[in-house]
Amino acid sequence: MLEVTGLRVAYGGIQAVRGITFHVEQGEMVALIGANGAGKTSTLKALSRLLNAAGGSVRYCGKEISALEPHQLVSEGIALVPEGRGVFPRMNILENLLMGAYSRQDKAGIAADSAHVFSLFPRLEERAQQLAGTLSGGEQQMLAIGRALMSRPKLLLLDEPSMGLAPLMVQKIFEVIRAVAEEGMTVLLVEQNAKLALEVSQRGYVMESGEITLTDESSKLLANPRVREAYLGE
Amino acid sequence: MIGAMVALTVIKLLAASGLPVFVIILVALAAAAAVCMAVGYTIERIAYRPLRRAPKLAPLITAIGVSIILQNLAMLIWGRNYHAFPPILPTSQHEIFGATITSLQVAIVLIAALMMTGLIILIHRTRLGRAMRATSENPPIAQLMGVNINQIISFTFIIGSALAAVAGLMVSANYSIAHYYMGFMLGLKAFTAAVLGGIGNIAGAVLGGILLGLIESLGAGYIGDLTGGFLGSHYQDIFAFFVLICVLIFRPSGLVGEKVSERA
Repeated sequence: MLEVTGLRVAYGGIQAVRGITFHVEQGEMVALIGANGAGKTSTLKALSRLLNAAGGSVRYCGKEISALEPHQLVSEGIALVPEGRGVFPRMNILENLLMGAYSRQDKAGIAADSAHVFSLFPRLEERAQQLAGTLSGGEQQMLAIGRALMSRPKLLLLDEPSMGLAPLMVQKIFEVIRAVAEEGMTVLLVEQNAKLALEVSQRGYVMESGEITLTDESSKLLANPRVREAYLGE
Repeated sequence: MIGAMVALTVIKLLAASGLPVFVIILVALAAAAAVCMAVGYTIERIAYRPLRRAPKLAPLITAIGVSIILQNLAMLIWGRNYHAFPPILPTSQHEIFGATITSLQVAIVLIAALMMTGLIILIHRTRLGRAMRATSENPPIAQLMGVNINQIISFTFIIGSALAAVAGLMVSANYSIAHYYMGFMLGLKAFTAAVLGGIGNIAGAVLGGILLGLIESLGAGYIGDLTGGFLGSHYQDIFAFFVLICVLIFRPSGLVGEKVSERA
């Protein structure tokens, strides 16, 4: 579904992503793990076109998307949950969700999907009229994920959904991510929390200093001594 | 200023045509709004869009530059003289609580209230308004939602320019005068009113405008007594900027602007 070949991202003269190649198949959840500064977020930003790639190709459903404008990706079926949530703080929860459905016109479908999001995150429904800026970090993360789902994406890109959250909240968020994946969503999950990411995903890529150094099935990566030492703290 | 000048030109052209006053005003308003919308759109395209990724100070400086260019263009077209607004509007005077108010002023207040309501509905109740707010809060994230932010920003400039055209016409009708420099002080005071009400709050801006007007008028009326005749009523402009400074020091979020904490 997603084929990335030789993707490079540079900030000025500094190469953040040095020609990485990976792919995500329809219906699978793939984890991209690595330490801070490995280039994971830069990769996602390039995929979602918020950053211009310095080279390489990104093919989605057989179509080259590396020259599209960021706002065109939603209608292609790609949604990003950005690092740091990126909710609209001065808009309420419902308005944030409606922004997620901005590219759609079917009122009935939008209503059905917001009901679905509320069933995934009942806490959002209780606070539907509350400004997003007044929510806790975990609630904002719920909202960011819900908002992304509102566009009915085929491919969901998640950037560090566990960042800055209490362990209990991380558990909750990952339960929902797992549930969404089980409904058939294709997910590319970028995480620093390697253990969590590898536990929910089928395959994983390990990124170090802008390059992919290791790839395998997630269960095998979890057992890999190198991964255990470098990312699982053993 | 451009709205007032265009409207004035149209009214002068049509004044002798024998058309009903109401029709003349509507045509003038439509022409003024159309010209302002075109100017607003063009300014955004050539002066602001190239600065989308520039530091915040750059567009501010550009705004000053653009206003100087517009004033000088207007001076070339309409000259440096004051233009009298043709007295085609029938005005009657009414007394309310001892203050005299003309029918024109009543109409101005009503039109302002109407525009405020319309703008609030647009910004808070429509899909376009949501996109405008999302774009102002976080442009890259708005793009991720599928918003074509260039289109939204153009549209915002067009709406703002149309509203400015109406405001310009109302100001020049009220004071019976239009001048290429009339927009300068007005713009500063409009900014003060918006800061006083709380930037981003439409009703707050209107409230700020009314308060500012009252402060200015009352201040200008009493300044002579207050300073023992040292300062006269021609110092009325100091009140607006005194208010601006006080608001920025003591209540930067404005009277009705609420602070929203942004957690990372």
